[in-house]
Amino acid sequence: MELFRNANYDFLGRKWLFMGGSVILLLVGLVSLGLRAGSWRLWQGVPLGVDFKGGTLVYVKFSHPPNEDKIRADMQAAGLSNARIQRYGAPGNNEVIIALEQRATTEEALDQGKLAIIQALGQDAPAGKLDLNNTGTRALQDRLLARDPLRAGSDAAARYAEIAKSITDYRDQERGGVLSSVEELKGRVDAAVLQTLQEEFFVSDFGVRNVEIVGAQVGAQLRRQALLATLYSLAGMLIYIAVRFEPVYGAAAVVAVFHDTLITVGAFSVANKEISLTVIAAILTLVGYSMNDTIVIFDRVRENLKLMRRAPLAEVMNRSINQTLSRTILTSGLTFLTVLSLYLFGGEVLNGFSFALVVGILVGTYSSFGIAAPLVVLYYERKAQKEGRGPVAVAGEGSKREREKIRAKA
Amino acid sequence: MKKNLLGKTIFIVVVVLAFAFGIVGIPRTWDAKGLAESIQSRIHLGLDLKGGTHLILQVVVNDAVKSESDRVIERLKEELRKANIVYAEMRLPDEKNEPERIEIGGVAPESSGELRRIVTETLPDWDMTSGVENRWTLRMKPQPLALLKERSVQQAIETIRSRVDSLGVSEPVIQEHGLGQYQILVQLPGVDDPARVKDIMQSTALLEIRQSLGGPYASEQEAVAANGGILPADAVLLRGSTSARRDGGPQEEWYLISRASAVAGQELRDARATRDEYGRPAVSFDLTGEGGRRFFAFTSAHVGDNLAVVLDNRVVEVARIEEPIRDSGRITGTFTEQQTRDLALKLRSGALPASIQYREERTVGPSLGADSIKDGVKAAIIGLVAVMGFMLLYYHWAGINANVGLLLNLVILLGFLGLSGATLTLPGIAGVILTVGMGVDSNVLIFERIREELRSGKTAPSAVEQGFSRAWLTIVDTHVTTIVSAAILFIFGTGPVRGFAVTLTFGLLANLFTAVFVSRVIFDAILQRKERGAALSI
Repeated sequence: MELFRNANYDFLGRKWLFMGGSVILLLVGLVSLGLRAGSWRLWQGVPLGVDFKGGTLVYVKFSHPPNEDKIRADMQAAGLSNARIQRYGAPGNNEVIIALEQRATTEEALDQGKLAIIQALGQDAPAGKLDLNNTGTRALQDRLLARDPLRAGSDAAARYAEIAKSITDYRDQERGGVLSSVEELKGRVDAAVLQTLQEEFFVSDFGVRNVEIVGAQVGAQLRRQALLATLYSLAGMLIYIAVRFEPVYGAAAVVAVFHDTLITVGAFSVANKEISLTVIAAILTLVGYSMNDTIVIFDRVRENLKLMRRAPLAEVMNRSINQTLSRTILTSGLTFLTVLSLYLFGGEVLNGFSFALVVGILVGTYSSFGIAAPLVVLYYERKAQKEGRGPVAVAGEGSKREREKIRAKA
Repeated sequence: MKKNLLGKTIFIVVVVLAFAFGIVGIPRTWDAKGLAESIQSRIHLGLDLKGGTHLILQVVVNDAVKSESDRVIERLKEELRKANIVYAEMRLPDEKNEPERIEIGGVAPESSGELRRIVTETLPDWDMTSGVENRWTLRMKPQPLALLKERSVQQAIETIRSRVDSLGVSEPVIQEHGLGQYQILVQLPGVDDPARVKDIMQSTALLEIRQSLGGPYASEQEAVAANGGILPADAVLLRGSTSARRDGGPQEEWYLISRASAVAGQELRDARATRDEYGRPAVSFDLTGEGGRRFFAFTSAHVGDNLAVVLDNRVVEVARIEEPIRDSGRITGTFTEQQTRDLALKLRSGALPASIQYREERTVGPSLGADSIKDGVKAAIIGLVAVMGFMLLYYHWAGINANVGLLLNLVILLGFLGLSGATLTLPGIAGVILTVGMGVDSNVLIFERIREELRSGKTAPSAVEQGFSRAWLTIVDTHVTTIVSAAILFIFGTGPVRGFAVTLTFGLLANLFTAVFVSRVIFDAILQRKERGAALSI
C-alpha cells in the first residue's frame, strides 16, 4: 500500500493562499482573546487555569444527576456568589467542577474557599454524623474503633483499619467515589459494623474527587516560569537549526512554531477551555513536533540542493515537500490517531492536554509546508532580487567555500 | 557478517532483559496477578495517578529571625545593665520586613566606646553602625542571617517529617522546594483526609501556661470596656480556642491574659492523649525539672487565681489553681479523641521555628486517580493498537519491524522508570504516547527511503543500507531538537511537566536504539535468509 507515489503538488505556488489562511486563523484566535480581555491587552484574554492564576478548584461527583441551579443557590447561600459551576465528563458520571477565583486573597482564604464549598454542598448533614462519602480511611477507622462493634479487643486497631480500608476501597475503586446509601455495604461488612455505620455515618449525595488550591503568588511565579521555559526552548531549537542549516531556516521554523502556538492558544480561547500546567507541556510538545516536521522537509531540501543545483529554490522546496509527503501524512496521521484516542478516551484530567495536541498536530503539520517553507523561499527570492540574480538559494552543511561555489553557480 | 549479527542479537536480548527486569524484577510467580503486583511495586505512580496530597508550604523565615533578634535584645540589655550603660530604648523598628535590624536610642556619648566593645565581643554575628543623635543600629551580618534562615527551613522540614511520620503515611516526600524561596514540598501519597494532615503540619504548637486576668468576654470591645477602657500594659487579649468554635458555630470568646508565660513549650518533656475524670478526651503533659520548679513556684504564688493554657496564641482552657502543681498537668477542653491525639503529637514533635503558610494544595481523590489510570491506559492501548495495525497494513512484513521496535521501546521506557525510581505521572503517560509517535516517525522515515531506493532500481540489501544511512541524519536532527526542548522543559519546568520531560527524553533515546539499531538487525537477518535478488516486503 502506498499513499503518494509520485506526488507533484505545487505547494509553493499556493503560498499566499496558505499564508492568508493562517492570517485568518490567527485573527480568529486574537479576536477571541481580545473579546475575553475586553481591551487591546490581548494576553489578558488568555484563558489561564487555576495553576497560573491562583484560585480554588473542587471536582465533585454526585450520586444523582447534579442540579446546577441548586448548587448555585447553595453556593450563594454560603456567600460564594462568584463560584463558577461547570459540568464535565460523560453525562452519566454526574461530575461538576466548582471554581472560585480569588486573585487578591491570602492562602488561608483560599483554603477556606474549599471548606466553604464542601460545607455549602453538605448543608443538610445530620448533626454528629460523619459523611461516608467524604471521610478518609483514618477517620472511619477512628469512629469504628471508638464504638468497637466487634468487641475486637487487643488487635482492634488493625482490624478496624482493615475494615475501613475495604470500605473506602469499595467506594473509590468500584463506585467511582460515591456511595448511594449506607445499606450498599450490606454483605461487605459484618452486620454489627453495618449497624454502627448506620448510626455514626450518613451518605451525602456527593463526593469530592479532586481539589486544587493555588495561591495567586504561586500562579504568577508559574506563569513566568512557563513563559521562560517556552522561550528558552525555542531559543535552543533556533540555535540548533541555525547551526545545522542556515540562520534563515531556523528563523522560519521558529516563526512557524510561534504561529502554531498562537493558533493553539486561540483555539483554547474559542473552545472556552483553560490552559493548565499540563497544557503547557502539550504546547511545548507541539513545538517540538512542529519543528520535527519542518526539519524533515529542510533536511530533504539540503539534500536536493546538491542534486538540483540549477533549479530555483521554490522548485527544490516543492520537490522536497512532495518527496516527504507520504511520510508527513503517515506520521502526522498516526500521531493524530494516538492523540485523538487520548482526547476521546483519556478522561477529563488529560482533556486539555490532548486538545492542545489535536489542534497542535494539525496546525504544526500544515505550518511546515504552509509557513516555514514559503518563508525561506521568500527570503532568498527577495535577497536575489536585491542582488539582481535569479531566485536560487542554498542550505548549509559543507564548507563555506562550497556554499559560495553553489551560490556563484546560481 | 553472520557472527556480527549474532553478537548484535545477543546485545539486544541483554538490553531488553535488563529493562524487563526493571519492570517486574525477578518474578516469583508467573500468573497475571502476581506480575501485576510486582509491576506495581516497582513503578512509582505519581500522586495524580495514585491519589494523594501535594502541598507547597512557605516557611516564614522572618519569624525565626525575629525570635533571634528578641534573644539578642534580652542578652544586650543584660550586658548593658552589668556595664552600667544607660540607654533610652532598644527595639525592632520593622519587625515584619526587617527583623534583623535592632535600634538602640539615647545612649550617652561617653559610653559609646564601651557599647561598641560589648557588641563586638558578645555578638560576633552582628554589625553595629552609628546614626544621628546617638542612635545605634545593629544588623545581623548577611552570612549568619542566610544561615539562620536556611537552618529554620531545615528545622521546619525535620519537624514536619516527625509529625507526618507519626501519621503513618507511606513514602512521604518532604523536601526543600525551589532555590532560595524558603519553601517546602510535601507529598503524601494515598492520603484521603488532607484537612487533618494540614492542620497538624501548619500549627506551630507553641504551648504556654499563663495567668488569666479576666474573661471570657463576648468581643474585643467588651473586654476593653470591662477593664476600664484601657488594657494593663503586662496583659494581652487572646481569643478562645478554635476547637470550641468548630462545633458551636462562630461564637467568640476573649480572655485577658498576662504577657509573660509561667511555662513554655520548651519545658515540655512529654505529652499524651488521656481522659479526664469525667471520661472526656484530654492531653496530659510532663514538665522538665527546671520547668517543673518554675511551674511550682508560679502555682504556689497564685493559688485561687486562674491560669490559662495557651496554644499558638489561642486560649485552650482556663482553670482555677486549687493547689500548687509540680511537674505535670493536663489540658482538657471540648476536644474529640482525634484532636487530643493530634495535639499530643504536635506538642511532642516540638514547635516549628517559624510559622508556615500554604501556597498550594492539590489533592487527587483515590477514585479519580484510579479513573485516570484506567482512561490513560485505555487511550494508550487503543492508540498503540491502531498504529501497529496500520503499520502492518501499510508496510506489510516490514511493519513487524516497526511494531517490534515500538513494543521494545515501551519495555525499555517502563524498565527505565522502574530502575531509576522516576515517577510515572499523567503527563508522563502522555510523554509515552508521544514517544510512540516519534518512534513511528523514525520507522516511516526509514521505510519511505527504502521504498524510494527500491523504486530507483536498487537491490534489496543496498536499498536497506541506503535507506538507513539517509534517514539517519534526519532522525538525529529531529530527535536532538526534541530532546533539547525536553531538557529545557526539565530544567525550567515543575513537577508534572518534569515527569513528562523525563519520559519523553528517555523514550527518544530508547527510540534511537529500537527504530534504528534493532530494526536494522531484523532487516539484516531477513535479508540474510533471502536469496540474492529476492524482493523485500515493504
